[in-house]
Amino acid sequence: MSSHSFWYASSPTISKPLANVEDSRLKTWLIGIAGWLIALIVFFPIFWIAITAFKTEQGAYSPDLIFKPTLESFREVFARSNYKAYLLNSIYVSLGSTLLCFLIAIPAAYRMAFFPTPKTAGTLVWMMSTKMMPAVGVLLPVYLLFRTAGLLDSVWGLIFIYTLLNLPIAVWMTFTYFCEVPGAILEAARVDGASLMGELRDVLAPMSLPGISSTALLLIILSWNEAFWSINLTSAKAAPLTVFIASYSSPEGLFWAKLSAASLLAVAPIMVMGWLSQKQLVSGLTFGAVK
Amino acid sequence: MSVEIQTPSGEVKTTHPAADLPPAVEEADSTLPFLQWPAVGSLFLWMIVPLGMTIYFSFIRYNLMNPELTGFAKADNFKYLWEDPAFFPAILNTVILLGSVLVITVVVGVLLAVLYDHRFFGRNVATLLVIAPFFVMPTVSALVWKNMILHPVYGLIALALHSVGLPAIDWFGDHPMFSVILIVSWEWMPFAFLILFTSIKSLDLEQQEAASIDGATGMQMFFRITLPHLSRAIGVVVMIETIFLLSIFAEIYTTTSGGPGTATTNLAYLVYSLGLQQFDIGIASAGGLLAVILANVVAFFLVRLLSNNLKAAR
Repeated sequence: MSSHSFWYASSPTISKPLANVEDSRLKTWLIGIAGWLIALIVFFPIFWIAITAFKTEQGAYSPDLIFKPTLESFREVFARSNYKAYLLNSIYVSLGSTLLCFLIAIPAAYRMAFFPTPKTAGTLVWMMSTKMMPAVGVLLPVYLLFRTAGLLDSVWGLIFIYTLLNLPIAVWMTFTYFCEVPGAILEAARVDGASLMGELRDVLAPMSLPGISSTALLLIILSWNEAFWSINLTSAKAAPLTVFIASYSSPEGLFWAKLSAASLLAVAPIMVMGWLSQKQLVSGLTFGAVK
Repeated sequence: MSVEIQTPSGEVKTTHPAADLPPAVEEADSTLPFLQWPAVGSLFLWMIVPLGMTIYFSFIRYNLMNPELTGFAKADNFKYLWEDPAFFPAILNTVILLGSVLVITVVVGVLLAVLYDHRFFGRNVATLLVIAPFFVMPTVSALVWKNMILHPVYGLIALALHSVGLPAIDWFGDHPMFSVILIVSWEWMPFAFLILFTSIKSLDLEQQEAASIDGATGMQMFFRITLPHLSRAIGVVVMIETIFLLSIFAEIYTTTSGGPGTATTNLAYLVYSLGLQQFDIGIASAGGLLAVILANVVAFFLVRLLSNNLKAAR
């Protein structure tokens, strides 16, 4: 308790008069202004994408905030660049990997949460530790294996990779949601003669669905934005939006309005999902170490 | 019955799953181990096969352009890697990028978490704006910064400098590493902030009030209460960011392609360029192995640092 003596020793007056009301109101204002200023600065590049997307290609270079909005760039992105194919790949890959992930994770989490063995804790920690592998350390073997198996530039290839990347998060999150389900309810279902499938479907699913669905959002976001593997393992046929945007790094990127329109479409839906799954993001990415 | 879960940061948590109920369904019992098998099996393969291959490749002669070159290479791959003029810059760049981004994101994240711990008008909306960059795909972030903000002629910063009569700056030409650090920090600061902000909300209010009544200044409260409380979350942020930052690739690939020269070539980009551009799998694998070792060393020290901190705090 040394910290306590520190406080007393350093406090000149113990009965300090209450802070002036005016003072604290001013402080609230200052904090609010600082908070909003920083928020706007941090958000500015995204705001700028959104603005530029609605400008004409000629108008995009001027920093004007007042202009006549146009959908021209969106039309051109769709018309000229096969945008839809990339978009579909992104959707297939992120939804596919998330589904596959839960298909594998839910049975495992069920086993770990309701029938734990002495090894269960160790298994969970070990699963998390697989995320400690830097991607670049296994780039070449995965590339060569994919080449041999014909998985290079295939949607399934990316689905497999993202499933493996997200599996530890899915198992961990599902496990924590299952642990919150009271055992008595499961027992009652069992006494009533519910089968394993019945138990899963009628009792567990409804109770843990809210948690699991926001975890699904998190997994979709992570797969949607993943750029290391998608750039290295796909080129044309299976390339998702991350790769499509990367193609703008050529001088074509100087077509700001089109770059912005393509970017805005790729980013906006995911950002909304991200805002909805903040909590899952924290506990999923830190494996519950931060609450 | 309960399960003890040890989190990566060394904390032991006890959860209370519904494990007390009898396994009433007989058939469920025999299928139980199988439920876990797909998850454990696939992750086991994922961990062991590619890493094993990386280690194997790094000791053989293996070049996709030259199939006749085969056989055990002893330590030659490591020697060639060592002699590669891009190797030392790559190691240095990896460390600089990692270190700078960690410091920037954690410091800004902590300060912002403290600021946002106060109530102010529209705080929830402002929070959404602050965490938004984390959800932007890396290739979009990189290109928007490169083309629209940092561009030496048309970029917003160039326009701003021009309007006050200052010369434009060629960010990616003259300060390439700084530019990459700026972009990556913008992407990861929201992550640090979100974790730290979540953690700071669980701070004991009574303790703060007591300290405040006792006349503690803001500074004293920050260093004596807030920072120790956040230390665990900071450790977690550092660890997770480290793993991701060691493999930073898309941002460099889309902005500088590792250049000018080797100015922004990090280990991840070097491995990509050796393996998938020059097709020398052997040497590239040696580089990949090095990245794995680096990650493990960092993780090891961080775990120790963290557990020491925890012990000291108790």
